[in-house]
Amino acid sequence: MSNEAFHGHADVITTHEVHHDEHGVHHHKQSFVTKYIFSQDHKTIAKQFLITGMIWAIIGGLMSVLFRLQLGYPDQTFPWLEDILGNWARGGKITPENYYALVTMHGTILVFFVLTGGLSGTFANFLIPLQVGARDMASPMLNMLSYWFFFGGSIVMLSSLFIQTGPFSGGWTAYPPLSALGDASPGSKTGMDLWITAMSLFVVSSLLGGLNYISTVLNLRTKGMSMTRLPLTIWALFFTAVLGVLSFPVLLSGFILLLFDRHAGTSFYLSDIYVSATSQALPNEGGSAILFQHLFWFLGHPEVYIILLPAMGMASEILSVNSRKPIFGYMAMVGSLFAITILAFLVWAHHMFVTGLNPFLGSVFVLLTLLIAVPSAIKVFNWLTTIWKANIKFTPGMLFALGFVSLFISGGLTGIFLGNSTLDIDLHDTYFVIAHFHIVMGVSAFFGMFAGIYHWFPKMFGRYMNRTLAYIHFWVTLAGAYLIFWPMHYEGLAGMPRRYLDYSNWASFNQFGDLNKFISTVAIIVFSIQLLFVFNFFYSIWKGRKVTTLNPWGAATLEWTTPIRPGHGNWDGEIPEVHRWAYDYSKDGRDYIPQTEPVSPDESKH
Amino acid sequence: MTTTGLLLLAILALGFLITFQIAKASEYVSVLKGEKKSFEQNNRINGFLMVVFLVLGLIGVYLCNEALYPKTLLTHPSASDHGVNIDTMLWITIIITGIVFFITQILLFWFAYKYQYSEKRKAFYYPHNNKLEVLWTTIPAIALCTLVGFGLYYWFKITGEAPPNSMQVEITGRQFGWIYRYPGKDNTFGKKYFRMINEADGNILGLLWKDTTINTPNGETHLTADPLGFDDIVETSAMYLIKDQPVKLIINSRDVIHDVGLPHFRMKMDAVPGTPTTMWFTPKYTTEEMKKITNNPNFEYEIACDQMCGNGHYSMKGLIKVVTRDEFILWRAKQQAAYKPAEAPATAQPAAAAADTIKATGSAASKSDLTAKK
Repeated sequence: MSNEAFHGHADVITTHEVHHDEHGVHHHKQSFVTKYIFSQDHKTIAKQFLITGMIWAIIGGLMSVLFRLQLGYPDQTFPWLEDILGNWARGGKITPENYYALVTMHGTILVFFVLTGGLSGTFANFLIPLQVGARDMASPMLNMLSYWFFFGGSIVMLSSLFIQTGPFSGGWTAYPPLSALGDASPGSKTGMDLWITAMSLFVVSSLLGGLNYISTVLNLRTKGMSMTRLPLTIWALFFTAVLGVLSFPVLLSGFILLLFDRHAGTSFYLSDIYVSATSQALPNEGGSAILFQHLFWFLGHPEVYIILLPAMGMASEILSVNSRKPIFGYMAMVGSLFAITILAFLVWAHHMFVTGLNPFLGSVFVLLTLLIAVPSAIKVFNWLTTIWKANIKFTPGMLFALGFVSLFISGGLTGIFLGNSTLDIDLHDTYFVIAHFHIVMGVSAFFGMFAGIYHWFPKMFGRYMNRTLAYIHFWVTLAGAYLIFWPMHYEGLAGMPRRYLDYSNWASFNQFGDLNKFISTVAIIVFSIQLLFVFNFFYSIWKGRKVTTLNPWGAATLEWTTPIRPGHGNWDGEIPEVHRWAYDYSKDGRDYIPQTEPVSPDESKH
Repeated sequence: MTTTGLLLLAILALGFLITFQIAKASEYVSVLKGEKKSFEQNNRINGFLMVVFLVLGLIGVYLCNEALYPKTLLTHPSASDHGVNIDTMLWITIIITGIVFFITQILLFWFAYKYQYSEKRKAFYYPHNNKLEVLWTTIPAIALCTLVGFGLYYWFKITGEAPPNSMQVEITGRQFGWIYRYPGKDNTFGKKYFRMINEADGNILGLLWKDTTINTPNGETHLTADPLGFDDIVETSAMYLIKDQPVKLIINSRDVIHDVGLPHFRMKMDAVPGTPTTMWFTPKYTTEEMKKITNNPNFEYEIACDQMCGNGHYSMKGLIKVVTRDEFILWRAKQQAAYKPAEAPATAQPAAAAADTIKATGSAASKSDLTAKK
């Protein structure tokens, strides 16, 4: 492809590096600000995304602990809550406004700021240049801007927590008219404006990032790195970026129309509304509230795969490395990623089966939705075959990758229930849905992320994370995830609706009091174990055991050919040339053959 | 901060500290023992835990089912005919996905245990096998086609036209409660218009009780009273339905999106402002019969709002009473029409009203009219 032009570029940087080495002591060009804050090094940007994402994850996770307290102990008061939440928990009880604000913010933060920004932002930035053999992203400047738009969005979203009318509280899906009418819900006042602003900044960030990831994968691969030699991580991150670039603009357009409805008197989503709180009929007529749901879910569903694909890619890579076996069915894995990407755009209305959608249209979406289970099944069976007859090393990364597969199976299978419109009538918006998506895209994506962090931590910081803490983290989180979410399926089968503050006044749903207590308790334990992980992470950055070998996991991919602590530009000398795919493990009696090794004539073919 | 809170925090911090110290110590031990030996030991422990997790997990699945299944809706029959179909579909799906769940999870954790690292084992270089891949493309595809087939068969049955003999009831959501409307003796709903809603007058649905001229952003609109609505019954306490009589609900919302959730009938449909939706089903058991079936003397059919609708969402409860035909006739005879004749007709009509009334008459009112066909 553009190898010629690229090599020229590489040479320039090489001389630059050499120049640096000569004048060893004074790194005059890299001030603290350019090295750690406004850095254009993809590795630093990746770490910025990761750490911002972790801070968001702690905030979002803590929110879930707070509302789980309400759900588990609806009749108890917690005076200390008033100390931290003030008026939002007068007398130690979370108010309905605050409960709904917490639920909404928990969803928004975890879906967008942690599992999209934190996950794709981290690993696409970190891995794409390192694994395709590039010195940096196609446009380091846009890449830096991508982080700072994300940061700006984060600040706006965070600030919405502190305004008088509270943050937005109408659910992370922000359906109008509730999200359009400040009189219908206090959270839809200034909180919603800030929410839309923050989300718009976030969309800009993800577009800048996504365009960069795509162009880097397509244009900056090193010599010999054909598309079919790319590690599966890169394929997954590439498709993730494609999904984001094609669907986020639609979401933005939906938000802009919503902004017009809120402030410019238009009627895109509003019609026939009489607000009880003010005893007033609104002037709007002729809008369709359902239009927003189409625009929202046109992103909203691909978003699920934006979250999941990077986890799938990393799990594939880590399973293969630690099984000391090639990933089974590489082309089938790429093909199924591709199929998922295409289908992801064609299934959005399965979130809308009970909105009054035309039943025929619904049936088309049932077919396409259940079709997506086929590539998912291929992936699961291929993962299982990958660990069959393997020689497994249970590194922390490997454990989380195995946990990912387990959770993906459990959560994926319940998707077959919900994608079937007939069952969706019964299960829609019950706890069954909560159980389903938390397992399949919440926890399992987190497992993919943890797997990635443990696996590439040595490359990021030149040190290892503590293994014992990692094992505790893994087993408690895996068991905890199942203990929290498995029983919720039963609540769903009892018809228990989601987003309720209190079930005790309902004859149909009040039989789960003990279970809710149990779930809340486990949730608190699992949350505190995550703090242990955070501690392990930051402690190990400075005090972890040092990495002494170039390739601690014995992996075949390119990132392990860089120095232990690669500088800006990644490789000291020439960028290595690639001669084979990324998965030659246990071939011809050798533990692994790196991608950079030329194929010898007496090697067996596969 | 209460003392118990502080105590809990202190315990938590101590727990963290101890765990951390152990973890740090284990790192030193591994250095002393040698990297290889400690790796092998850790690997064995984690491999063993894989089987432990599998076994405990399977036991857990069983225990969880024992404890929670009786609390679900599946222990007694669904209260509507559609619900029976949905339950059948649910069981078909549970069986198919259940088989896949157990096979794949057992393989996953068993393989992880069985193929854990050993110095003697060589991993099997097995990059692909087209036959296998075709196999596990086609089998899931066939299984899913079965599910799609059953699913759509029931889906079209449930979402198809309501039987011609259906009773019609209108249900309207508002923050935070439900309004039920019956068409009265003429079996036809009167027209309504949301600008006519007047809580003080008791016209909570905005029925066209009198000729009115109102200002809208599109100019003045003249609305003529609709006598068909004078006998409409508007209720907020409970919706009465007849056993074995199909009912078609016409679903509206006055403000934001709500959802008519009927767990015992297994039915659900959004209430969207400006876009009326419908749903029909046939109740199979009266409330009294359900009390016996569920063995719960306080049983009621509750309507749960299933779409986030504001801060009172969790309290948006409605009630359905399924009764026999005779009881229903008795109940209906006792109901009074909501209509209140205007005492002082058109008190504050603007003087210029008469001029351009005719042109706007129909357009506004016909939008939300839902004349029941009989």
